[in-house]
Amino acid sequence: MTEPKPSSAKEVWITGIGIVSSLGEGLDAHWDALNEKRVNIDDKRFAPYIVHPLAPVSFDAQIPKKGDQRQMEAWQRIGVYAAGLALDSAGVKGNTEILERMDMIVAAGGGERDIAVDLAIMNAAAKGNSSPGFLNERLMNDLRPTLFLAQLSNLLAGNIAIVHGVSGTSRTFMGEEAASIDAARIALARIESGQSDIALIGAAHNGERADLLILYEFGDFNLTEKYAPVWQRDGKGGFALGSAGCFLVMESREHAEARGAKPYARLSKVVADLAQRKQPGAVTKSLETLWPKLGALPDNGNLITGATGIEPITSEEKAFLRQHPGYAVRATGTMFGHTLETQFPLGLALAALSISRGALFPPNDPTGLEVEKPDAPTQIVVMGAGHWQGEGMALVEAIK
Amino acid sequence: MSAPRDKSGRPIVVVTGLGVVTSLGAGKKDNWSKLTAGESGIRTVTRFPIDGLKTTMAGTVDFVSVDPISSTGLTERLAKMATDEALEQAAIGGKADFPGPLFLAVAPVEVEWPQRLEIGRAVGKTEFGYDDILRVSGGGKFSEFHHRFMFGSVASHLAETYGTKGSPISLSTACASGATAIQLGVEAIRRGDADAALCVATDGSVNPEALVRFSLLSALSTQNDPPQAASKPFSKNRDGFVMAEGAGAMVLESYESATARGAKILGVVAGCGELTDSFHRTRSSPDGKPIIGCKRKTLADAGLEPEQIDHINAHGTATPENDKMEYNTTAVVFGDHLPKIPVSSNKSMVGHTISAAGAVEAVFSLLTLEHQRIPPTINYDVPDPAILFDVVANKARDARVTAVMSNSFGFGGQNASLILTREPA
Repeated sequence: MTEPKPSSAKEVWITGIGIVSSLGEGLDAHWDALNEKRVNIDDKRFAPYIVHPLAPVSFDAQIPKKGDQRQMEAWQRIGVYAAGLALDSAGVKGNTEILERMDMIVAAGGGERDIAVDLAIMNAAAKGNSSPGFLNERLMNDLRPTLFLAQLSNLLAGNIAIVHGVSGTSRTFMGEEAASIDAARIALARIESGQSDIALIGAAHNGERADLLILYEFGDFNLTEKYAPVWQRDGKGGFALGSAGCFLVMESREHAEARGAKPYARLSKVVADLAQRKQPGAVTKSLETLWPKLGALPDNGNLITGATGIEPITSEEKAFLRQHPGYAVRATGTMFGHTLETQFPLGLALAALSISRGALFPPNDPTGLEVEKPDAPTQIVVMGAGHWQGEGMALVEAIK
Repeated sequence: MSAPRDKSGRPIVVVTGLGVVTSLGAGKKDNWSKLTAGESGIRTVTRFPIDGLKTTMAGTVDFVSVDPISSTGLTERLAKMATDEALEQAAIGGKADFPGPLFLAVAPVEVEWPQRLEIGRAVGKTEFGYDDILRVSGGGKFSEFHHRFMFGSVASHLAETYGTKGSPISLSTACASGATAIQLGVEAIRRGDADAALCVATDGSVNPEALVRFSLLSALSTQNDPPQAASKPFSKNRDGFVMAEGAGAMVLESYESATARGAKILGVVAGCGELTDSFHRTRSSPDGKPIIGCKRKTLADAGLEPEQIDHINAHGTATPENDKMEYNTTAVVFGDHLPKIPVSSNKSMVGHTISAAGAVEAVFSLLTLEHQRIPPTINYDVPDPAILFDVVANKARDARVTAVMSNSFGFGGQNASLILTREPA
């Protein structure tokens, strides 16, 4: 899996980008927000936990039928919305001929539980109500019949098919941060080898969920009390969950040129690893192993990381970054929070956007790890190390 | 000497190891003898109380238990049992050193009720909200819950146990997941990214909430008594599927690499196909076009004509809608040849193993090719007059079988088909 690409490998372009997040929706809004170093957090709603809430969005713009919106949980609406933006941006929205053969790989978690139902059952159980059929009866009576479909992982892809007509193939990868690294990796490999011409990949995350806070609290991952940029979360560290959806349209150069599509950038490489993290330093080592697989890189490049802010993983990432002191680093977690499956596509999107706008967005880091880089980037490395497993890197380049 | 290639010039993908666990038993031998004897693995659920449920039976794997109890834990255990069997047969790589990637079909994961109630008890009050739960969740007391209920947890443990290479992929295409896992392995080998791939599909998720969820969608059979007669694919009186557990594992290799190491070739994955239905979240497009397209893509991928398929291992869930759609679309694809194709649904005996079904049924399809014997569709006493399949009714049938099409369809518009053959074409 690490062999050099055959010379017949097709060049793959990123021709569509859709982003919706705590900073707004669309490329201009995000470009402005990044340049203004804006951060949107809510430290009250789930206090003492901090989240990056979704900016106000009119879902009608991408999901015209209210009936469709009602069938989805927030994470699915965010994803279907971002997917629509990506298709618009690629100029393929409504192009049935292309959509019917478009491949799709979605990286997904699951939907929110019905918190009221769960709480009522837990409270009743704590009061000693434990007759044999109690749980069954409550679930049968209290769960909304269609809630399951709003929670099922593969139903984000299903809803994208229904709402936007993306109906070539549909695959859903699961497994937190690594899922979207693999989605990009497999889509790239398929297009390079001619197994696919055009693909939609991406993910969505609703960070404003009490059930997710509990899940991550089990591992003490949540940032509490006071927001700080990712590199400044000393001590025990932590992540602030963020809401975001991000999708990319990727296609072979031939396919893009034939339809006159304008590319943002080229996706040259995606590599992934599963470090055995029981050993200290395993993440640093894994990143060191992945780096040369991207090919020959200059000493003074650009790097966008999805660093979570949790420890010791973030310190292990820092140890790796110290080996590349010439790199201008940007951590998306500072501005977007941690968006799990969405973090890697977000990195790819911002890399492609930066290349297409001829500038890397400014640093947002009081510690000085991130530095200004005025020249137009021609290559940006995108990096990710999941909060519990999964490491990956990609190389996004200007079209030659 | 150039490597052997298929009709499209791609590396041929062969199967060198198979493993399976269902409610009928562990391993190919046990499963095959019970399957061809027409035995049912469906029984009344005893793992948890069934009071208040509309459907009280399932194809649970009761001879395996995990501690602490969780569906995800059982899912992992079943996957390991099937994988151990497949790896032993394939005799590939070293111990914990499988020479290729892992593709794992697995049900979506979430915190489960036994654990949720445990947290509730830890609050120590009888009136509490989420804030109270959050307060007791951290501090390391429940840290194992985090790892257990990560979506990637089962794949992570399998990758570590078997030493698969690279980042393991966990995937879900609902009831087509098992077929998708195999398809991803086939594609990786055809690209030349890998010489071998471990494709596993597993599902151990018969729990109260899972049963309730499918019940609320009116997808399950409610013919609880007797449980073994509940799953009635292609019958007029069919009324839904029966939830079940199981796992299937397959070692895929390039023909070149398998022959180079002298491995016994058990069969060929000649073709894979997939086509999304964008009509509805749970229902197929009434014109059947996506399913028809899926089967045609699969035939084209295998380089075979419809006349060359001599058995269909049907999705055959026994829901009123699925079986009708499956017949209508198959009739369009196979035309005049259809009456000559014996069709059978393993789900009549093992139930619907959901995320595992595509792989479990691919394993059974390969065993069908090996034994030249087609397992029956049991409980086929009142044929649906609108479904004119040559159903292998109630008793196994000896037949000449050279190419099997195995179909999987799932919620979310997922359609996937595989074609398995005995020898490289």
